[in-house]
Amino acid sequence: MMRDVVVAFVLLNVLVLVVTYVTYVERKFAARMQSRIGPYRVGRPHGWLQPIADAIKLLIKEDIIPAMADRPVYNLAPIVFLIPSFLIFATVPFAPGLGLADLNIGILFFLAVSSLEIVGLFMGGWGSNNKYALLSSMRAVNQIISYEIPFVLAALIPVLLAGSLRLSAIVQAQSGLWFVAYPVIGQLAFAAFIVATIASENRVPFDILEAESELVAGFRVEYSGMKFALIQLAEYTHMFGVSCLGALLFLGGWLGPGLPGPVWFLLKALFIFLLVTWVRWSFVRIRVDQILRFSWKVLLPATLILVMATGLWVALRSGHVS
Amino acid sequence: MELVTFFGVAILAVASALGLVLRRNPIHGALFLVVNLGCVAVLYLLLGAEFLALAQIIIYAGAIMVLFVFAIMVLIPGKEETGPDPLRPQRLLAVPLGAVLLLEAVLVLRSHVVGGGSSRFPGHQPGSPLAAVPPAVRPGGIESVGRLLLGDYLFAFEVTSVLLLAALVGVLTLAKRKAE
Repeated sequence: MMRDVVVAFVLLNVLVLVVTYVTYVERKFAARMQSRIGPYRVGRPHGWLQPIADAIKLLIKEDIIPAMADRPVYNLAPIVFLIPSFLIFATVPFAPGLGLADLNIGILFFLAVSSLEIVGLFMGGWGSNNKYALLSSMRAVNQIISYEIPFVLAALIPVLLAGSLRLSAIVQAQSGLWFVAYPVIGQLAFAAFIVATIASENRVPFDILEAESELVAGFRVEYSGMKFALIQLAEYTHMFGVSCLGALLFLGGWLGPGLPGPVWFLLKALFIFLLVTWVRWSFVRIRVDQILRFSWKVLLPATLILVMATGLWVALRSGHVS
Repeated sequence: MELVTFFGVAILAVASALGLVLRRNPIHGALFLVVNLGCVAVLYLLLGAEFLALAQIIIYAGAIMVLFVFAIMVLIPGKEETGPDPLRPQRLLAVPLGAVLLLEAVLVLRSHVVGGGSSRFPGHQPGSPLAAVPPAVRPGGIESVGRLLLGDYLFAFEVTSVLLLAALVGVLTLAKRKAE
């Protein structure tokens, strides 16, 4: 009991620090892609104190609440948005035995809690009483629900291959061959997983709910100061969490030669994060109808067929069907 | 520890249910319902039915609630429902029906819990703590749910899914005809 509380406390604080610097990594990476330098002035070398400076700036900024806002909903939204993003890390095993709770249904817990994010997002959009925010949250509902299904189906393929819902068991099953290296099935599933990740994270080219040219900043347009910081923190934490899930499911988690397990794990999660960022800075936004059509007519049938093919292959291999 | 969690969650569940019924603002009501469904999920967890708990969160609290809220947002123009209640007789009917439901619940609970009658869960002997049952056959555990759904109740399961699919197609057809 005491141990769990201490581990949770340490994990939470380390996560906040890591995620803060993930934003820095993204800014530097994006800057390189656009032949800029990125944050440079605050802290030497290379402006490494920039995330801290940003956090302090947001902390001391005035908190503005719109006059016609639905106050309880508006004020609660950032918290409701933040809690699931951190809660998903409860079942993530960073190395053998290093994690808060290695549940036998770990991946299910991850998917369930991460699907709660939409409630906070919706509360923010509704509570602000702003047409852009409301439109954004309506789009969010459409998009996130559409892409949650292919996301779950893509995540199901490693589960089928490993034969377990326990995240550490899925990693252990990859000690011979990472699931991303599985012939055909692995690569297709990984590609579907990445696309669904980008869509469920609302990044370009699927960022219709914060399309700057149409909706200013989407559901968070009325938020300022610390509440804005909380929403940003929640978004990046969730994104990092999903990257961790991808590393666990397809890239073999902590497995790797030489370096200690948690370092490998962090590197792999960062790799997926940068992959998503790379897409973000390379493509243009696509239209709402194209996004929905792509989900229901391409991605969903494709992942469904993939799940069936994987199931058939697993059954043939284990000799249930001859 | 379990008892403290149970009472905390139970009180929260009742409070959020009251909030759902008493608030006039439909969006607030829907958000209270999310809290309520989450509390019920925790109660499932306390009973050892972790698959049911997580399915509850994914499907009800995550997806269905959001669609509810979406429908409310699209269908109700104002923020609050005003004017006389068009379904007033329903309220009067609610009191006797609620009383009957409460009576039934009390009777069922008395015969099953107090009387120590036979539990319907396979593999779960009455009186044995859940931890003593091996995880593979633990009721509510994911293995036993999978075995039941794709073994004993395969036919019912498949028929239900076909029924849902038919309903979906039917709704699409009707909606399309109206639009034309």
